[in-house]
Amino acid sequence: MKLDATSNAASFAPPSERYDVAVVGAGTAGCAEALAAARRGARVLLADENPLAAGLIGLDVPLRYGGRATSAVQTPARMVERIAAATPLLAEAFDAGIDVRLGTCVWGAWLPAPASRALPGRLLGLADETGSWLAGFDELVVAAGARDLAIGFAGAELPGVVGACGFASLLQRYGAFAGRVLTVIGGGALAADCVALARANGLRVAAVVDLAAAPSAALAAVEDMRMLSGHVPLRAVGGADGVSALVAADVAGGEPKTIACDTVVLAVGVVPMVEIPAVLGCRMTFDAGRGGHVPVLSADGRSSLDMVRVVGDAAGVACDQDMLAWMQALHATGGAEVPACLCEEVSRGDLLGVRPPRYLGAGPAPQPPVDPGGAPNPDHIKRLTRAGMGVCQGRRCREQVAALLALDSGRPAGAIPLASYRMPLRPLPLHLLAPAEEPEGMQENWRIWFDIPSMFTDHRDIPVGDEA
Amino acid sequence: MAVPGGDVVVIGGGATGLSAAWWLAREGLRVVVLERGLVGWEASGRNGGGCTHPFSPLFREEQRLWPQMDDLLGHPTEWRPNRIVMADTESELAEMEADCRAAARDGFHAEMLTPQQLHELVPIAGPDKAGGAFWHFGGHANPQRTVQAYAWAIQALGGRIVQHTDVTGFELSGGRVTAVVSAAGTFGCDAVVVAAGPQTGVLAGWLGVHLPVTPARAEIIVTEPLPLMAHGGINSTELYGRQTLRGNLVYGGGPHEWLPPADLGRDRPTTPLVRNLAKRLARMFPGAAHARVLRHWAGVIENTPDGRPVIERLPEPDNAVVATMSSVGFGLSPATGHAICDLVLRGRCDFADLRSLRLARFANLPADWRERRGWVPPDGTGTA
Repeated sequence: MKLDATSNAASFAPPSERYDVAVVGAGTAGCAEALAAARRGARVLLADENPLAAGLIGLDVPLRYGGRATSAVQTPARMVERIAAATPLLAEAFDAGIDVRLGTCVWGAWLPAPASRALPGRLLGLADETGSWLAGFDELVVAAGARDLAIGFAGAELPGVVGACGFASLLQRYGAFAGRVLTVIGGGALAADCVALARANGLRVAAVVDLAAAPSAALAAVEDMRMLSGHVPLRAVGGADGVSALVAADVAGGEPKTIACDTVVLAVGVVPMVEIPAVLGCRMTFDAGRGGHVPVLSADGRSSLDMVRVVGDAAGVACDQDMLAWMQALHATGGAEVPACLCEEVSRGDLLGVRPPRYLGAGPAPQPPVDPGGAPNPDHIKRLTRAGMGVCQGRRCREQVAALLALDSGRPAGAIPLASYRMPLRPLPLHLLAPAEEPEGMQENWRIWFDIPSMFTDHRDIPVGDEA
Repeated sequence: MAVPGGDVVVIGGGATGLSAAWWLAREGLRVVVLERGLVGWEASGRNGGGCTHPFSPLFREEQRLWPQMDDLLGHPTEWRPNRIVMADTESELAEMEADCRAAARDGFHAEMLTPQQLHELVPIAGPDKAGGAFWHFGGHANPQRTVQAYAWAIQALGGRIVQHTDVTGFELSGGRVTAVVSAAGTFGCDAVVVAAGPQTGVLAGWLGVHLPVTPARAEIIVTEPLPLMAHGGINSTELYGRQTLRGNLVYGGGPHEWLPPADLGRDRPTTPLVRNLAKRLARMFPGAAHARVLRHWAGVIENTPDGRPVIERLPEPDNAVVATMSSVGFGLSPATGHAICDLVLRGRCDFADLRSLRLARFANLPADWRERRGWVPPDGTGTA
């Protein structure tokens, strides 16, 4: 049978690279997985997006770097050296014959499916600073780690508001952290770790701002640091150079406190990087104790899709803070004008009121979507408000948006569906995504729409005679 | 024939069904829209947003209505007039003239653009194009806002929209549909409109009518926002789409995947085609080659054997109207809804000649029409 030449039947050549096992993320968990697979005799890819392109760091992708990277991040060779030095297992991986690709992100993952039958097997989309390509795989291990849980307050868009992961990455991985005096937000183990990391690196922690009424034992034991229990950030103050102070609100209604600092570290929690399992269609579940929406996994990390395993922090991160309680306090003290989505400038009030986006001006009336019943769906709300549709691909807002929708509808956090992830999983430039070569015939057979000439025939030229 | 105050059930909450329901509600009928998912969640909410179809018998009505739609619906559709088409070569330029000729027959005109004029209108296109044309007709709108605007307008007129509800059958009596059976209960009706996109063929089959369609999946990419151009509706010969009012470039085109006609799932997977789309968008707009791709999505549309719509009130059951727009539905939807409304109320459409859209043209269609055209899934399986 002939196939429609303008269909996608011949659109995908077999990839030039094939691996038995592809591991995404070269942290401790990823390296261990890659080495174990190599010992079994598998042909292994170990890809890690670090060192990141400076452009992505500037966009807070995938972590919240908050404009506090030094110019050292613009020297990729130095960054590769640092990463190799900081990860001894990488040397082992090289020696074991593993195909180690640093500075290489996995921006796509596809499986053949009933509605996608043209793919030549299971594919990953990879990219480095020079281009993008596809690789085939049999098994995939996602060891992508965790990213920052962003919380919002006035001025959170200023340079100097960083996430705990972004902070640790710049400081430890890259040796490229530009801040000196920190305020840390959070009261759990993550905040305590950030304080310890900062102090071990000679940075000053001016204060910890914590929602809980009393500090944890770990934080209470820290000397020479202001502990603002029962407080949440109210606004960051600063200018073009970024934060110069943080004003913290007393949730009990007392006077706000001002803390001089050049960096605010968001350390309420972290979020497992679940975008690859999510786009592949792995079954997901909400587990607050694992950091939110996470893949359903067996004891050995196998997802609902047999060929996909998820390990390390990407499988879930213990969380000792209540995101909804934080969001409630932030909203109660900060108000509706605080941005919920920084890229698209959607305030909390805009979001909850389902106000049309700002580019439409003041004219149109806000109106919620036609109610399908059930919990509010962030995918539904984003189409009307644009919250989450910006260049950071929702990383700085999706958890806040979900928490606000949960609070506003009086539902638990887990009732709000996971907003869709879409590929490319990193915001990559057109020229970088573009393939240098295409399958034979693609250019010749490329049509703007279907190749059905009568579709675009002037209706007056179509005979209708006999049936009239 | 339905009358004001009567009950009409519209199956399908896409642009076509919603527009039909809105027109019917304006005429005083009590409408219920049954949607298996969310309104506008399928191809109606995820397309290029073009409103420029000079080859269609509904073109004139499309052009008449769009400038009024914001006011009529009471919500912004983000409609903007005019289209620009660009060509890399002289022969491409010549191909574009067919659309202009068709539009001219309806009294619309286009002007050719020199490379310099084109560069001024579309700075990111670069100076190397062979030329282009500026169409003083057509336009584009935001599909997502438009489908919600239809839905809100229906509700404001007292219509009901029932989402997450599959239709499971019809009750027929005396040559008429008396009720639509759904997961949310049975809805009695004086008339029914089937405008269910890729599902339309299956639903028509339940009414005893053979309506041949084949579904296909197509893909679109979206970039980060760029500075707004004076006219956002710009096509090349390879890609269709627009710059949104926010500034994003939204463009699709190229290979589609034919899907099995039965057993349509709800997955809308994308593929690595994003790279080939990116390549062509960078070529179309060299000045935007640095723009970052933020997302990529797929939608499912259906095609009839000749790629043209079916809009018809059936001889039997004679209170049923079936409509498929054959993969070109969003932009024409204001006019399509009007035509469907006329068919429901009066049995005929007075403002457009719909004879070329009748089902009778497929009366002698061979059973293996899909295979003959190669409209089968890439692995050659799954045809019914």
